[in-house]
Amino acid sequence: MPVWVRRVLVLCTCLPLSACAGRQSALDPQGLQSEQIRSTLFIFLAVSAVVWIGVVVVLAAGMLRTKRAADRPLDLHQGYEDRAGRVVLWLGTATALIVLGLSFVSYAGQRTIFAKDEKALTLKVIGHQWWWEVRYEADSPHKSFVTANEIRIPTGKPVRVELESADVIHSFWVPSLTGKMDLVTGQKNELQFTAKNAGVYRGQCAEFCGLQHAHMAFAVIALPPDEFERWREHENRSAHSPSDPLGKQGEALFRARGCALCHNISGTLAGGQLGPDLTHIASRTTIAAGTLPNTPATLGAWISDPQHIKPGNLMPKMPLQSGELIAIIHYLEQLK
Amino acid sequence: MSTAAEERNLRDDVLNGFQLTRQLERVWRTPSGFLGALMSVDHKVVGRRYILTAFVFLLLGGILAALMRIQLAGPEKTFLSADKYNQIFTMHGSTMMFLFAVPVMEAFAVYLVPLMVGTRNIAFPRLNAFSYWMFLFGGAFLWLSFLLNVGPDVGWFSYVPLSNLQFSPSKRTDVWAQMITFTEVAALAVAVEIVVTVFKQRAPGMTLDRIPLFVWAMLVTAFLVMFAMPSVMVASTSLILDRLVNTRFYDSSSGGHPLLWQHLFWFFGHPEVYIIFIPGTGMVSAILATFARRPVVGYPIVILSLIATGLLSFGLWVHHMFVTGLPQLGAGLFTASSMLIAVPSGLQIFCWLATLWDGRPIYRTPLLFVIGFIVIFVLGGLSGVMVASVPIDTQVHDTYFVVAHFHYVLIGGAVFPLVGAVYYWFPKIAGRMLSERLGQWNFWLAFISFNVAFFPMHFLGLIGMPRRVYTYTADMDWAHLNLVSSVGSFLFALSFALLLVNVIYSLRRGELAGDNPWNASTLEWATSSPPPPQNFDRIPVVKHRDPLWADSEILPVAAGLSADRREVLVTSLAEAEPQIREASPEPSIWPLLTAIATAIFFIGSIFTPWAVLWGTPPIAVALIGWFWPTGSKEDES
Repeated sequence: MPVWVRRVLVLCTCLPLSACAGRQSALDPQGLQSEQIRSTLFIFLAVSAVVWIGVVVVLAAGMLRTKRAADRPLDLHQGYEDRAGRVVLWLGTATALIVLGLSFVSYAGQRTIFAKDEKALTLKVIGHQWWWEVRYEADSPHKSFVTANEIRIPTGKPVRVELESADVIHSFWVPSLTGKMDLVTGQKNELQFTAKNAGVYRGQCAEFCGLQHAHMAFAVIALPPDEFERWREHENRSAHSPSDPLGKQGEALFRARGCALCHNISGTLAGGQLGPDLTHIASRTTIAAGTLPNTPATLGAWISDPQHIKPGNLMPKMPLQSGELIAIIHYLEQLK
Repeated sequence: MSTAAEERNLRDDVLNGFQLTRQLERVWRTPSGFLGALMSVDHKVVGRRYILTAFVFLLLGGILAALMRIQLAGPEKTFLSADKYNQIFTMHGSTMMFLFAVPVMEAFAVYLVPLMVGTRNIAFPRLNAFSYWMFLFGGAFLWLSFLLNVGPDVGWFSYVPLSNLQFSPSKRTDVWAQMITFTEVAALAVAVEIVVTVFKQRAPGMTLDRIPLFVWAMLVTAFLVMFAMPSVMVASTSLILDRLVNTRFYDSSSGGHPLLWQHLFWFFGHPEVYIIFIPGTGMVSAILATFARRPVVGYPIVILSLIATGLLSFGLWVHHMFVTGLPQLGAGLFTASSMLIAVPSGLQIFCWLATLWDGRPIYRTPLLFVIGFIVIFVLGGLSGVMVASVPIDTQVHDTYFVVAHFHYVLIGGAVFPLVGAVYYWFPKIAGRMLSERLGQWNFWLAFISFNVAFFPMHFLGLIGMPRRVYTYTADMDWAHLNLVSSVGSFLFALSFALLLVNVIYSLRRGELAGDNPWNASTLEWATSSPPPPQNFDRIPVVKHRDPLWADSEILPVAAGLSADRREVLVTSLAEAEPQIREASPEPSIWPLLTAIATAIFFIGSIFTPWAVLWGTPPIAVALIGWFWPTGSKEDES
């Protein structure tokens, strides 16, 4: 498609919007796949616009034409009937050809976005009601680690995400990078994409998955490759035990108050597998699957009453005294 | 045709004029009183009830939509809780699809098809009454459950595993699944009646190529119902079994599969869209011919398009499942088959455009709604072509783009023609015209506000807003468009309030309609408005596709049917040549009693499997009462 056509189309689609370049937008592609999809979309949009305008113009012209005066509904001209029948059939044929053409355009786009690259970085995402478990699995087990709701990837390198569900069907969708793919119970799906530019791209569950479907977001953070490698090294390390008394108290409370039954913190005795892994919780940008920014205040609000912020989620409200809460927050804040 | 025995009966050829009308009214009327009303088997009485009930459900579904639009008008609103919102969007979809859209189309068919083919009653009138009661009980059951906070909350599509016992332990999902059973029984019954009425009860001379386009559309729809609905009944019954007696149809850990549900559901769910849309096209053809003052161009093209749409609609369900991880080539083929449906739809549109081109249109309210339909539906159809493309669908699937798309198709493609049909056929049903002035306001308000409400949703989807979220955060840039959409939806609701006001006002004050106020061409306009219980004093004989235009002075009629008992004329399938006189059932209370027994059986069986055992004998008893041979005069002779 010529550049100017594309510009006009972008302009047309963005005009009615206050902000087109949201953090979660199919119109603002930042990956190879999402770019391809947008091009396909624009081709379809252009064809559709022409067809729609054509229909409306013919409709209007038909209404505005001079009409015969007498009301004799069966006084038909065989010539018009035959001509109209032929025109209708020609237009039907044209529709079929357009449809055929668009099918090929679509299939070409489909091949591109689902093309597989065996050298891709592979990670696994497991959907839970209502958060995302992210597993970076390497050849050797001590290079594998687990995190949640935040996926860091290198720019310019294909990433393959294997998708599974621990409970109901979810759908993994980061519109700025590529289209969505469902996480189907009892089935392994996968999705491959390449981020062109560094940035934070918001994603969200796109298949209705129960009460808190609206609060099941995540972030894909694309980093330059060397920065990604540094992060990976860091993320692979176990948590440091805190050195200060408040932190030590927090670590003890984390076990004593039941947090450790569900949450894992590598390198400590906390080994729960039900909830998100918290080994590097302090380095994540949001909590509760993108529901709140990750600050000491929001963390405190969340721990003291998770059911108020996200009703129905599986984290129970634990009876904590304010001193205990402060200690736990202090401890978690050290898990960089 | 005259044996000694038959001559003892009173025939309609020995009576004339007022005498004949009175005699036939006496034979065909619904018994008076409350009990009489419950016994009615008159297709017009049942059809009216069906239409009215379906519109009540439209009102209820519309109220739910308004509640959702309040909640979504701004970010992080707390007007509705997550739980309420999920129940409400599930109820909105289920009500609109199962309790409004399909029933209202079938209801119009129940009322109009027998009139349009020129017969005295629908085929299987007692089944028809039974169908209405099942529909009413199913709808009431769903709504009472909702008001008792047992409303379903897993979407109108109820995907497993979310809807299985582990993730939906309450009775909510059972209520949903059993409501399906109710409404599907009702829909299947009507489908059978329509097919038989159209095939065997057409007026003499109404050969296949003289059947009105609306009747053709309803015939195709009836076949779609018969082939599509069993799929969802199998699906929902298997779901109930999974939930109630621990079968494992959808459990992937025991050899079942969640995608089985999706295949079964969408094998029904996609034809379902056409079950709603094809009657809409029938209404469009009927209205267009009358108000463009000429027959629709390309009668055979339109019929073949209807049939092609019906057939193709069974070959594209997979486009609802493009992102479930299916093989890519297969998905690509379903892209092509989905887009292919644009061809028959397009052919119909082109025929209508050619009709308007050559006609001399009279711009009354029904025609305005048809023009609105073309503008909106074509847009919705084109966005449908977009979602049929796998790559585009991976972005827009389950987003507000799709919400915009199917509201354009369903409201544009079915509700606009339907409202046009209300304006068009109200004079026939009620005997009075709807106010044209209010009608014009109604149209313009509906047309503009519909676009204000739903057009922005295309953009919302593309900028990342998923469906079925009860709230969103302020930093998502979705607030403005959502607000516009909410304002539009309230104005759209107002347009329906105008329709309601118009109906209530015109029922009392409307101008008297007369037999054929629009000077239309089909047989329903050949009788009085509203039609008498017997529909026609004498069965019309059809010699032309547009009988009332061809024989505008005196319509030829056939005589010879009994005048002292209910009789309809059975004709041959293709040529509509008279074959036999067939007795038509008398009013009966048994269809209602059977429906009550069936409802107890259905509702009981979501609580205990034993209901299948103790629920069956009452149904059997009711059916024995229903079919108890009464010994007609024919048999005695």
